[in-house]
Amino acid sequence: MPRSDVGGDQSAIMTRLEAIEDIYPSIADHVVVTIMGATAAELYACGHRPNFFYLEHAMGLASSMGLGIALARPDLKVIVLDGDGSVLMNMGGLTTMARSDPPNLVHVVFDNEVLLSVGVSFTTATAGPADIEGIARESGIRRTATCRDPRELRRLVDEALLADELSTIVAKVDPVGPDSYFIDPHMLENRFEFERVLRKMGRSAGGDSEADGNGSSNRDGNGSSNTDGEVDREINTIGDWNE
Amino acid sequence: MPVSTRNSRIIYDALKAEGIRLVSALPETWLVHLVGMADDDPEMTLVRLAKEEEGVGISAGAYLAGTRSAMLMQNHGFLASINAIVSLTQLYRVPLLMLISYRGEFGESHPWQTEGGGVTIPVLDALAIPWKKLESPDEVQKTVRDALTLSYANLRPVALLLCRDLMWEETSQRS
Ligand SMILES: Cc1ncc(C[n+]2csc(CCOP(=O)(O)OP(=O)(O)O)c2C)c(N)n1
Repeated sequence: MPRSDVGGDQSAIMTRLEAIEDIYPSIADHVVVTIMGATAAELYACGHRPNFFYLEHAMGLASSMGLGIALARPDLKVIVLDGDGSVLMNMGGLTTMARSDPPNLVHVVFDNEVLLSVGVSFTTATAGPADIEGIARESGIRRTATCRDPRELRRLVDEALLADELSTIVAKVDPVGPDSYFIDPHMLENRFEFERVLRKMGRSAGGDSEADGNGSSNRDGNGSSNTDGEVDREINTIGDWNE
Repeated sequence: MPVSTRNSRIIYDALKAEGIRLVSALPETWLVHLVGMADDDPEMTLVRLAKEEEGVGISAGAYLAGTRSAMLMQNHGFLASINAIVSLTQLYRVPLLMLISYRGEFGESHPWQTEGGGVTIPVLDALAIPWKKLESPDEVQKTVRDALTLSYANLRPVALLLCRDLMWEETSQRS
């Protein structure tokens, strides 16, 4: 529920859980990296998949990890589910993202104007005048948007996935979190399953000419596809993208 | 330029030979040639960082996505990256090769480098990060290979300290 004591913007009308539920079909078959705590738990609650990595604890770095993955695997789409506190902690990362400009990276920032995972009492600068979309845009990310509605968010995410252009989408959400922060697999199990599934994802048969980067087993170019029928559906392109 | 182009090339070639294909960097004087070589190499992805800590995240992502990477920074960049090293690389058991220009040791004339120089090795030790000084061009290739072998075996970070004798050519000039 919106809090009258939080933030300068009282018009947030969705919970992050609703928002994640709505974009889940669009992102489920792609690589997803989330920040710690509430966002991780809410994506997990929508259904765990091995191509989801929940970066617990290392605040600010989910976006940098997503950038590293996107640069290393241009054949995959990478979605980062970020938070306002985390973005503000690694604000220079937006400029690095912008100049690296990977077309396969969709950066979604859930802006609840607080450090929710440690309690709702500590507001971030976005509760004041700071505007993450503006920061992203002025960092040089050409495709940016802000939304307050789950369906709008889904449309923006779908467009960004189709557009093949680095994008930052800010979703203003209410400062409410999950009842439970429990996630199974364990952090390390998640890390190893994620690495393993990345080796298998998106490799078309015979297309794997890249040297085996990590000295582990050879990747199997098994032709599995990560395209999601959902993103192919007709998309309303009337939008408020900042392009 | 007194920064050794020849030894920078030896280091760069060693990285290439070990399959490094992504370098994230925030340079200082000693690293300019290495960064330039990465920039000129179409096979290398160079990520220019705003702050070194990002590079730890980028390298972790690249590693999980199957690409070998290295970080180029000075020891103060290492000091600026510590939470990411602890809370991502070590917590999640991800290999990481850090090439750290080791400012502030014997021969350092810049006062501002000396405090960080003095604590670099104690901090590496406190974090249980295996490290080795690179002082001679002859040892570069083997040490880079050995460092990566260890890092990929124990799934933890390793550090190579690029020392003055390796990076700086004319001892008469002060860097
Ligand atoms: C360096 C560091 N400082 C503080 C914390 C404690 N902490 C964990 S989650 C969190 C809040 C993250 O805020 P945000 O990115 O806005 O996401 P939200 O919790 O609101 O979903 C904080 C401060 C941490 N993990 N790391």
